[in-house]
Amino acid sequence: MQLSEYTQQPAPVQAPDDVQAPWRRADAEPFVRIENVSKHFGEFVAVDNVSLDIYQSELFCLLGGSGSGKSTLLRMLAGFETPTSGRILIDGVDISAIPAWKRPVNMMFQSYALFPHLSVADNVAFGLKRDGVPRAEVKKRVAEMLDLVQLGHLGRRKPHQLSGGQRQRAALARALIKRPKLLLLDEPLGALDKKLREETQFELINIQENLGVTFMVVTHDQEEAMTLSTRIGVMNQGEIVQVGEPHDLYEYPQNRFVAEFVGSVNLFEGQVTEDETDFVRIHSPEAGSSFFINHGISCAPGQKVWAAVRPEKIRISRDKPEQADNCLEGTIDEVAYMGSLSVFRVLLPGGRQIRVTKPNMARRFDERLNYRDRVWLSWSGDSCVVLTS
Amino acid sequence: MNSMSQSAPLAVGRRRPSWLRLPGRLIPGRSLVASVPTLWLGLFFLIPFAVVLKISLAETAIAVPPYTSLFEWDGAVAALSLNLGNYQFLFEDSLYLDAYLNSIKVAAISTLITLIIAFPMAYVIARATPGRRVVLLSLVILPFWTSFLLRVYAWMGFLKKNGVVNDVLLSLGLIDQPLTMLQTDFAVYIGIIYTYLPFMILPLYSALEKLDDSLLEAAEDLGCRPLQRFWLVVVPLSLPGIVAGSLLVFIPAVGEFVIPALLGSSDTLMIGRVLWDEFFLNRDWPMASAVATMMLLFLVVPIMLLRNGQGRKEEAA
Amino acid sequence: MMRYPGFMKTSAWLGFIFLYAPIVSLIVYSFNASKLVTVWGGFSFKWYAELLQNDQIIDAAMVSLKVAVSSATLAVVLGTLAGFCLSRFGRFRGRLALSGMITAPLVMPEVITGLSLLLLFVALEGMFGWPSGRGTTTVIIAHTTFCMAYVAVIVQSRLASLDESLEEAAMDLGAHPSTLFFLVTLPLIAPALISGWLLSFTLSLDDLVIASFVSGPGNSTLPMVIFSKVRLGVTPEINALATLMILVVAIGVLAAAWQMRRQTRRAPAA
Repeated sequence: MQLSEYTQQPAPVQAPDDVQAPWRRADAEPFVRIENVSKHFGEFVAVDNVSLDIYQSELFCLLGGSGSGKSTLLRMLAGFETPTSGRILIDGVDISAIPAWKRPVNMMFQSYALFPHLSVADNVAFGLKRDGVPRAEVKKRVAEMLDLVQLGHLGRRKPHQLSGGQRQRAALARALIKRPKLLLLDEPLGALDKKLREETQFELINIQENLGVTFMVVTHDQEEAMTLSTRIGVMNQGEIVQVGEPHDLYEYPQNRFVAEFVGSVNLFEGQVTEDETDFVRIHSPEAGSSFFINHGISCAPGQKVWAAVRPEKIRISRDKPEQADNCLEGTIDEVAYMGSLSVFRVLLPGGRQIRVTKPNMARRFDERLNYRDRVWLSWSGDSCVVLTS
Repeated sequence: MNSMSQSAPLAVGRRRPSWLRLPGRLIPGRSLVASVPTLWLGLFFLIPFAVVLKISLAETAIAVPPYTSLFEWDGAVAALSLNLGNYQFLFEDSLYLDAYLNSIKVAAISTLITLIIAFPMAYVIARATPGRRVVLLSLVILPFWTSFLLRVYAWMGFLKKNGVVNDVLLSLGLIDQPLTMLQTDFAVYIGIIYTYLPFMILPLYSALEKLDDSLLEAAEDLGCRPLQRFWLVVVPLSLPGIVAGSLLVFIPAVGEFVIPALLGSSDTLMIGRVLWDEFFLNRDWPMASAVATMMLLFLVVPIMLLRNGQGRKEEAA
Repeated sequence: MMRYPGFMKTSAWLGFIFLYAPIVSLIVYSFNASKLVTVWGGFSFKWYAELLQNDQIIDAAMVSLKVAVSSATLAVVLGTLAGFCLSRFGRFRGRLALSGMITAPLVMPEVITGLSLLLLFVALEGMFGWPSGRGTTTVIIAHTTFCMAYVAVIVQSRLASLDESLEEAAMDLGAHPSTLFFLVTLPLIAPALISGWLLSFTLSLDDLVIASFVSGPGNSTLPMVIFSKVRLGVTPEINALATLMILVVAIGVLAAAWQMRRQTRRAPAA
């Protein structure tokens, strides 16, 4: 197959879990090591002492808002910025002193940065020509690469004659053709409309899995990060606040920033009233109630904590539920019907608002909850996460 | 919708090529408006060329005006006498051809040197921070608005035997004898380059300003060294600016009169100066007209065709 | 900010020195007390005083100003009409002729324009007795003709970048094409008219070649007087005159730059 030429590692077929997820093994050797890297622009600290290990064939996402330092970190990997301190190793080699044009790293730019004066094929061939690859081989590899991204028939067009999706694929082909050890993608789907973005996501994953190249994606879109990546690093104010698989980040956020940034959440400030090894009880004045959590936590007695409940984990009903704990009464303040689900904003007697989502399982209208209905909210003891920071 | 279709004849006219379909009352109005500038230019720009052509076919005469009439009214017979002698002389005397070729040579070389000097300036301005950019641009524009004649004059004081350049070189011990720089071809080149430098910098700047940083980074990312990046990305992408700037320098430089007159020697042959001398010194109006006609044919017409071609290419892109 | 090789910066600085060194020396020597232009004889305003007493220069300056103001104003009127017709009238009779004639003056060598206009004026005088002799009027006509081309180009590009929906909105609200032009289009292109006027004014004030052909005795423009003096060599009076003119231009450019800088600073905050 043509693909095998670009494959650095045979594509795993039903591999055991720890081969697919080397970060779960203690002995796995990281492919890219970022060690205590900081970047200062004058007084401003863009990246603050970041350390990160990325494994071969991973599709790693850096997720953060604008100004979180994710792009600066990416640009340091590409060689457009030099770290103020710390070092970066790729495949065991310190690349900090290597200029961008010699690094085994390629980048797909947010704007795609396709050269407007060159045809698509010449854009893709650009990197190979700089390496002095013989002309016949350049031609062959460009043709293969264009086929891979389904642009085989458009090689002679100029970038401005392509649609947005085609441009995105041309940029991907140009960045992949040098068989980089690490491919950097800056908001790869940011310029596409919603529908195209969803299709392209899976295409991107397919190409990445087929070629086995290590991908590092920067994005501000948490949905994109969740669908694309093996692991996500969430960045805030120049620091990495949590690294983990998408599922971990969503279900086990380690702090309020991650809980709020990834998905939406209801946070209740409170204090621990009962602290046992297998459960805790938290009193929250703003909810006017106590919460029961069926696992122990480690915190100082009397410490301020936050109980976090995702909107879809809350049951909403007209009748009072059986359970005694984690049960609140309120009034529906707003209903948003979204087709597959409805979003409710429920007002508690104390004035606190709670967000609840409920799948619309029935088609009939009469069963539906309405504005100003009095309702009961409840959730199970393992649906709630306690955050200490 | 109704009010739109009633009161939008102007917009409709723009899209629909046929002005015949417009309401009748509007046609005379628009033609009238368009006829004012058209007539002005016809009278003061187009007809003069016909007069030039006519006089180029006349002979010099000691008269007011100093040329013979083409039409003689001889009692009963009207005679038309065309004199091609001026054109014949143009090709016989090598002075005119030499001056023509030399003008093109001087203009082409100065354009190239101006481009080389202007490029780094435009590049640095385009890459400067917005605040500094305004300052640097003003520094380029300032000479552009200052009298052209006085700027050429400044070089006279600068280049002459006991001028600033010679003083500096002498005091540095680089030369023992003052150099003769004024009234040489060298001074003419300097004058042209100096005068038209802003005309080159401004279009280059606007081309380079549009250059996206990420394109430069992409080139670097794909293995370009800085110099390769310059030739493979910066130059091709600033080509429209290079062409526009070169035309803005080349066109006026070819017909230049003031610079060779003030900075050049009497041997500095340039076609604009030949025409001037033919008219003012020799008072040979028909000959000057013949020179003008040939310039029009072999200089202005090719340049206009070139410019039109360029414009069309840009429209297509 | 993208880095660039250091030699770029060095050559850019050398370029700016090249651009300013002659001007600076011109200004410095205008304050030189010595008649020998290159020998420094102490600081003095002597040449400025002599300049102000030189009637020939003062008269020529008045002629030039009169010509520049009149031809710039006429050029703006005619050039705006031409630019407007070309960009908003679609196809009309004579479009090709107009668009050809409006771009031609931009590439025409001054010597040809000057000669051909002079020959026209002579021929017209011979046939109709107008213009009787040459003077300020003929210079104004000549300057208007080549300046209106620049104005037309500026107006045309401004109109091209203008959002046409503004004009369409006015028509939708019931403006007749003629009211539309004065109420909507003209205010929108006002900046282009101002820069067109200033450019025409400068071009007219600066022109030596065309004026030499078409002006008559006793109506010498300032560049003509300067040229005749300068041809004979460097004179400190001209240095003083140049310094004054550069000063005026510098104040204008600085004011414009200051305005621009204020706008660029304000833009990100808005």
